Amino acid sequence: MKHDSGILLTLLGYFALMSLFAVGGANGAIPEMHRLVVETRGWMTDRQFADMFALAQVTPGPNVIIVTLIGYHVAGIAGALVTTLGMCGPACAFALFVSRLWYRFKNAPWRIAIQAGLVPVAIGLTAASALVVARAASTSWVSVVLTVVAAAVSYRLTLNPLWVFAVAALLGLVGLV
Amino acid sequence: MRAKLSVQIMSQPTSDAAPKPAEPPTVLELFIAFAIISLSGFGGVLYWSRRMLVDQRKWMTPAEFNDAYALCQILPGPTIVNLSVVFGRSIRGLPGAAVALIGLIGPGMVIVIFFAFLYSIFGTIEALQRMLTGVAAAAAGLVISMTGKMAEPLFEEKNWLMCAMAVLVFVTIGLLRWPIWWVLLVLIPLSIAIAWRERQ
Repeated sequence: MKHDSGILLTLLGYFALMSLFAVGGANGAIPEMHRLVVETRGWMTDRQFADMFALAQVTPGPNVIIVTLIGYHVAGIAGALVTTLGMCGPACAFALFVSRLWYRFKNAPWRIAIQAGLVPVAIGLTAASALVVARAASTSWVSVVLTVVAAAVSYRLTLNPLWVFAVAALLGLVGLV
Repeated sequence: MRAKLSVQIMSQPTSDAAPKPAEPPTVLELFIAFAIISLSGFGGVLYWSRRMLVDQRKWMTPAEFNDAYALCQILPGPTIVNLSVVFGRSIRGLPGAAVALIGLIGPGMVIVIFFAFLYSIFGTIEALQRMLTGVAAAAAGLVISMTGKMAEPLFEEKNWLMCAMAVLVFVTIGLLRWPIWWVLLVLIPLSIAIAWRERQ
């Protein structure tokens, strides 16, 4: 665990900036997060990144909690607080500021164009996030099959993701994945 | 319904003129509601937030919820976090926004730090590692499925230009791994310009 303030400032600045580009929810920031902590800085392996994504999914609470895990891994409790603050602070301030204008200009054409224009960006980012996580999680061809099956099942059926995770954990435990 | 929410959001937090229930929820009630949402929300909290705010507490109508959700989804940052502060403020001003936020992420943070602590000790145990491998693969599948569900309306509208834009974002950020800022600083204005032209 490293606790020097340089790392904390880097984490804070980077996650704060990242949050403002995370269109379509916390998942939108996953590709950039991976780029920073795995590819650029080498703070963790692909494998650890996938583990953290998995841990964040099985923890109650919003999925954004993965930033807390990453911060903790990089710089302990202080890191966890800093990444969470960075991810939520600027985005919340922006949300509070914009929501006032948003309702006032409910039917303005430019507002409708912004909303429509952001939809494909959110989809593209989520798809990128899916690829990054799927790559990090693929340890064997069986795990790739599991990813595809989980995608198909949850696309076709509306069921609690916990069931999918439970089956996947069991398959992993018995050594099939 | 929509006008109602906008009035609420812009009105002073403690104003008695708010058109909502006789007694707007207190700061403590807000905190408890969001903490419960957080603790019940495995694998995402949208379902639970709707259930709590609309069905159980009746603090929002379904239309108000949909409206606020649509806004918070396109705002940058975590959707549900945005929703908690926007809603919290509409009820109790900035203190309301703060407690809703802390209620939402506080409990999850404590639990996840505990998990991270366990992972740092037991993460190398083989059985646990194998389980996590399975869950990570499945979790990736869920993100793929989410992408599919988000893209469905674009396909139904046969809006190929917008589909191409989504593919462009995916290729540059997902495949080429370019930094998100440079890509989005170009593609967001472009995408909005296309949407604007389509509506003229």
